[in-house]
Amino acid sequence: MTFHFRNVYLNEVATIAGPYEKKGPLGKYFDECYTDLYCGAKSWEKAEVKILNESMKKALQKNKLKSDDIDLVISGDLLNQISSSSYAVNDLNRPFFGIYGACSTNVEGLIIGSSLISSKFIDKCLCSVSSHNMSSEKQFRNPTEYGAPKPKTATFTSTGGASAVLSSAKSSIKVESGTIGKVIDLAQTDPLDMGAVMAGAAADTIYTHLKDTGRDASYYDLIVTGDLGLYGKEILKDFMKSEYDVDLSKNYNDCGVILYDLKKQQEILAGGSGPVCSALVLYTYIVNEMKKKKLKRVLMVATGALFNPNFVFQKENILSIAHAVSLEAI
Amino acid sequence: MKNEKYEKIIQKHRPTEQRVNNAFIAFMIGGGVGALGEILIQVFCMVFHVSRTEASVFMIITLIFLAALFTALGFFDKWVTFGKCGLLIPITGFAHSMMSASLEYKREGLVTGIGTNAFKLAGTVIVYGVVSAWTFGVIRLLIGGGLV
Repeated sequence: MTFHFRNVYLNEVATIAGPYEKKGPLGKYFDECYTDLYCGAKSWEKAEVKILNESMKKALQKNKLKSDDIDLVISGDLLNQISSSSYAVNDLNRPFFGIYGACSTNVEGLIIGSSLISSKFIDKCLCSVSSHNMSSEKQFRNPTEYGAPKPKTATFTSTGGASAVLSSAKSSIKVESGTIGKVIDLAQTDPLDMGAVMAGAAADTIYTHLKDTGRDASYYDLIVTGDLGLYGKEILKDFMKSEYDVDLSKNYNDCGVILYDLKKQQEILAGGSGPVCSALVLYTYIVNEMKKKKLKRVLMVATGALFNPNFVFQKENILSIAHAVSLEAI
Repeated sequence: MKNEKYEKIIQKHRPTEQRVNNAFIAFMIGGGVGALGEILIQVFCMVFHVSRTEASVFMIITLIFLAALFTALGFFDKWVTFGKCGLLIPITGFAHSMMSASLEYKREGLVTGIGTNAFKLAGTVIVYGVVSAWTFGVIRLLIGGGLV
């Protein structure tokens, strides 16, 4: 399902990143970076809440807004009960939607916010996401001090908070359309190969978007997926070509690969992941290039593995989803 | 049909793990831990004038202490990432699994955090260690009357 939005613009954005992201090629673009994963808080979970809250306040400050000017806050993260988001919005005291789409959460938020602005129910919306490497490892895998060996296909959850203000006030980037993805099951069961789990969902959503809008892949200057990583990226290109006959060889990249220097940062393995991974790249590199008019049309496809350890232990497949949003520089 | 086609594409792009290399590292490091254990036994025998059985107990306590200490100091996880099963299979791995889980849940309190989660990884080793010890004990009793 694809929506075309009327009068929805991406205003100023804010990004707060962790130490590994700072060392990557986009390090200089973030509003603030922490050199320690605790970020001055007492636990991993509290660190995540802190950076998410800081990104929200930074976004308001950059837009010269007070929290009362915002009609709705939409936020999501990876922790159980999306608690980082609830705690982070607590002191803003504004109406709040907590959403979960795993690593596709950022685009899910942008689509919901844009729909409400387009239909004039609200005027200004704050869309935020966060993830934290250590709080995710703790929840989904082994204790962080365990250091369990991982295969090359494993991805590395990014640390950071990212927020954007959407409104009907004109800016240089227009939110043109959005495609809501379906839950996809391609019989994948390996939680240490999320690229393979999610590439199928990305393919389905990109194909649906192009079909609904009647566009060719070459319409976009850049089609970018969220966190497929080195190998997932190749799987998507191959699957897109053979299953849907869509050529992604020229204008396609992946945020998980862009965010880090994978040659120097060996611990990242196949690439970054987590809801904030795509947001950190979208709100720095991509937004900057769009403001400079080097990129005019961008299709952001955020990919999420709907992974629950209990279901995997019960021999269920890992499901995935991808949502897409089309941005235009004006 | 679609799933099979997708699986083929995944297999095509799956990177090969350096299994031989990993196994060699684990073998060397695991062997190193074993050698260290033997050296400790010999040293304890000489220094404290105790039997080999008692010296073995001292050696186990020393290795457990060192692994727990190094985990607490925050660098043993990097050694495990490098040495893999070479450090996880010996007694060092057991101590490390308990210490890392305890560190992870210390913010959740002594009882609800450390107490509940210390055996998160090691618990399965204890459960099946006891179960297999019991099973083989019974087999030994039935076959050799407990003498073999």
